[in-house]
Amino acid sequence: MAAEVHSQDHHHEETFLTKYIFSMDHKMIGKQFLITGIIMGLIGMGMSLLFRLQLAWPDKSFPILDTFLGKWSDDGVMDPNIYLALVTIHGTIMVFFVLTAGLSGTFSNLLIPLQIGARDMASGFINMLSYWFFFLSSVVMVASLFVPDGPAAAGWTIYPPLSALPQAMPGSGMGMTLWLVSMTLFIASSLLGALNYIVTVLNLRTKGMSMTRLPLTIWAFFVTAILGVLSFPVLFSAALLLLFDRSMGTSFYLSDIFVGGEVLGYSGGSPILYEHLFWFLGHPEVYIILLPALGITSEVIATNSRKPIFGYRAMVGSILMIAFLSFIVWGHHMFVTGMNPFLGTVFTFTTLLIAIPSAVKAFNYLTTLWKGNLQMTPAMLFSIGLVSTFITGGLTGIILGDSALDINVHDTYFVVAHFHIVMGLSAIFGMYAGIYHWFPKMFGRMMIRPLGYIHFVLTFVAAYGVFYPMHFLGLAGLPRRYYTNTSFPMFDNLADINVIISVFAILGGIAQVIFLFNFFYCALRGKRSPQNPWRSNTLEWTTPVKHIHGNWPGEIPEVHRWPYDYSKPGMDEDFVPQIVPIHDNEEASGH
Amino acid sequence: MTTLLTAVVVILAIVAIVQIVRIFEVSSTMSGEDEPQTGQPTKKENDLFGKIMLLMGAGLVIFSIWSFFSWGDYTLPKPASEHGIETDRLLWITFGVIGLVYLITQPLLFWFAYKYRGRKGQKATYIEHNNKLEAIWTIIPTIVLAVIILYGIFTWTSIMNPEYEEEPIVVELYAKQFGWTARLAGEDNILGEANVRFIEGANTLGIDENDFNGLDDIIVDELHLPVGKPVLLKMRSQDVIHSAYIPHFRVQMNCVPGTVTQFGFTPNITTAEMRQDSKVMRQIAHINELRDDMGEEPYEFDFVLLCNKICGSAHYNMQLKIVVETEEEYNQWLKEQKTFAETL
Ligand code: HEM
Ligand SMILES: [Cu+2]
Ligand SMILES: [Cu+2]
Repeated sequence: MAAEVHSQDHHHEETFLTKYIFSMDHKMIGKQFLITGIIMGLIGMGMSLLFRLQLAWPDKSFPILDTFLGKWSDDGVMDPNIYLALVTIHGTIMVFFVLTAGLSGTFSNLLIPLQIGARDMASGFINMLSYWFFFLSSVVMVASLFVPDGPAAAGWTIYPPLSALPQAMPGSGMGMTLWLVSMTLFIASSLLGALNYIVTVLNLRTKGMSMTRLPLTIWAFFVTAILGVLSFPVLFSAALLLLFDRSMGTSFYLSDIFVGGEVLGYSGGSPILYEHLFWFLGHPEVYIILLPALGITSEVIATNSRKPIFGYRAMVGSILMIAFLSFIVWGHHMFVTGMNPFLGTVFTFTTLLIAIPSAVKAFNYLTTLWKGNLQMTPAMLFSIGLVSTFITGGLTGIILGDSALDINVHDTYFVVAHFHIVMGLSAIFGMYAGIYHWFPKMFGRMMIRPLGYIHFVLTFVAAYGVFYPMHFLGLAGLPRRYYTNTSFPMFDNLADINVIISVFAILGGIAQVIFLFNFFYCALRGKRSPQNPWRSNTLEWTTPVKHIHGNWPGEIPEVHRWPYDYSKPGMDEDFVPQIVPIHDNEEASGH
Repeated sequence: MTTLLTAVVVILAIVAIVQIVRIFEVSSTMSGEDEPQTGQPTKKENDLFGKIMLLMGAGLVIFSIWSFFSWGDYTLPKPASEHGIETDRLLWITFGVIGLVYLITQPLLFWFAYKYRGRKGQKATYIEHNNKLEAIWTIIPTIVLAVIILYGIFTWTSIMNPEYEEEPIVVELYAKQFGWTARLAGEDNILGEANVRFIEGANTLGIDENDFNGLDDIIVDELHLPVGKPVLLKMRSQDVIHSAYIPHFRVQMNCVPGTVTQFGFTPNITTAEMRQDSKVMRQIAHINELRDDMGEEPYEFDFVLLCNKICGSAHYNMQLKIVVETEEEYNQWLKEQKTFAETL
């Protein structure tokens, strides 16, 4: 078999460079994605703490702002332009760098070959390229923070003309150019990665691993990759046209503009075209972020409930349904842009349809817990947390998706609350669940459980403490992306809610320090992990604790059953790994 | 001082973490588990965290309910426009539905986490699926959503395509970095042609001076409107995208350079009446208490137009006062304004 030959000719010496830096091994690449993602996450979170200081105490002076912002902070008070820049880069980093590359890059890489029974990704080289494009893109994004006029500041959605005209705001000069360069590299990275995932899942499954025996993690990564391949090119075209408008004088998005005391030469373009292109990626993007987290949760909840996932086929069906619908709902971000009102009715209809498969998923998680034997690992707690935030945030989506209601809450803090809870918190919780669950697989060591518990409790409390109150700010009419709320006396009474939010944000920040310590300390000095610490059925736990290239020392095991035979009646143990053949007197599950 | 405090807190936190790690290490060597075969939590931990989850779930639900009572008063007062009554009704119906779902599913989630925690002797039941249950929770949301969708679409369509019994007052809202200007259509109720290319000197809105319809237009930076008369807002932007947002009227529409967008509504309460509304009075009293503490002047309620689309450094400070008054007061005010022709 070709795969075996492959595993044998890799016994040559590996240098530090080929093993840790220019690695083509999917497990190492997964770890590279994770660590880069964690570093970007720290930057993104740090920024949010800085602007939360500003929002809660606009008239106080914080020397720490001078330290971090230098010339953009005057006597401990930040400049309005840098406020917008911080919000913009925070959003960009969180959405793309942490929750797309850091989440799906890490776990797709680590788990796809291991869980389907493959020696590696279809192309190790392309996989390596995917990481390095991501790395370069991160470097460019971080570098953009240091340009003289400051980084991009037009919001993570960078709507033109604001993003197209350096006269309109300082961040739209060099900073925006670097933002676009960085995103182009990012798109290249994510396309290379996604193609590899798709091909690997389709072609390299081990004997017996039919599509209906795939763990739900793999289904989620697979569908996510398809979404990425179909939508990122559209973002690329949007960015390219913007680049033309910025530097070559074309008028795709620009028309009749008077800025900086003069009329510009653009005519006939429309920024609404940009909005359509952007959200054609933008909405699938939120599912690119969310689906992997849901996949991880399915796996973690089933394993730790010691019970099959409830309604496997419905779970797969709802992933496919959500993925399909996610391509025809983008207009719900544009109800009040002046788009034809008839389209508003169409997008309301399609958007609210998504609530149905989402509801099915939430109910199936609930019933998986029902009558289980719950093992409360930190991963399990984070997964339960995800179900909670997914429900809370999904429900407010029903308000935003209704065009008539969106009129008054669009672009207010209500939206900020909604998408942070449903996408931000859920995906972060899913990511933490994945890290706690597969840490032993990544590093061959265990994390310290009590620290995991403290981390979860503080994070969960802080998360709701930050985002839940924002609904009320939004219902009070408070717009998002405001540097301060003090210019409108009607918002004066919201000051105390803003203080509460910022205090919880700081608490949340501290909680993440505990995680960081746990992660890095245990990666180096943690206790050795057993081979199958969670008594799980999936294939990755049949590989040796110490990583080898090619994953399995001998032949790749054959798969005989679906991954969810937990607590099956008539079995000795409460789990039956996929490699165990069906016994003569065993009733085969439907798969 | 703050630096010192921060340093102390950081040091204490580090000490605490080290201690916890120590305890963990000591307790695991004591039980002689050098090579644990499983990483699963102990029965005791399962028990404890089942209970903690229940506690946190209860906390979440109580907090959610409490917040509605204590922060509900911060939300916008009653709508001051006719369609706003419709959208607010739909909003509260929707809140009722999702609140109900929330109050069923969240307690259930945390209750399950507690009830089925892996205590001693806890066994899981092997359940793969249940078609009947799954059918139920697909069909019920579908029906509920169908109702919400239909109601929503119907409301939206009637807002976006208003039917007028009398001719609406046409007003242009003109946005630029960073401020608003309003232009009333004047006697003929037709706005004169305009384009940013005509901006010159005093003609800051770029009105076409050769268009006869524009000569009687009235340019103001405080907008007055008569109560009970339909208004048709036409939005225009000079530079980047802005968004005309008037929260009390439940009105919002983006201002997009290169195009004119619009939103029709009918104000149904005067500013004076709104100031007498009990919720508004409570809010204003609270606000003025806070302003007094900070040594700022008292504030009186007014309708206000804000910008709600990121547009640059002073995005947070684009405002235009709107006064809704009786028809006589409005006509009086109108007489005092200069027409475009007069300003030239
Ligand atoms: C389940 C996963 C979901 C994710 C990850 C997600 C994510 C997001 C994000 C990132 C935004 C912010 C856009 C901005 O910056 O303006 C947003 C807004 C929005 N979401 Fe969701 N959402 C989800 C579910 C839903 C559901 C279930 C609905 C409706 C039933 C919905 C409806 C909307 C609408 C209409 C907006 C636009 C609101 C506005 O801009 O005023 N979302 N969502
Ligand atoms: Cu969307
Ligand atoms: Cu603005």
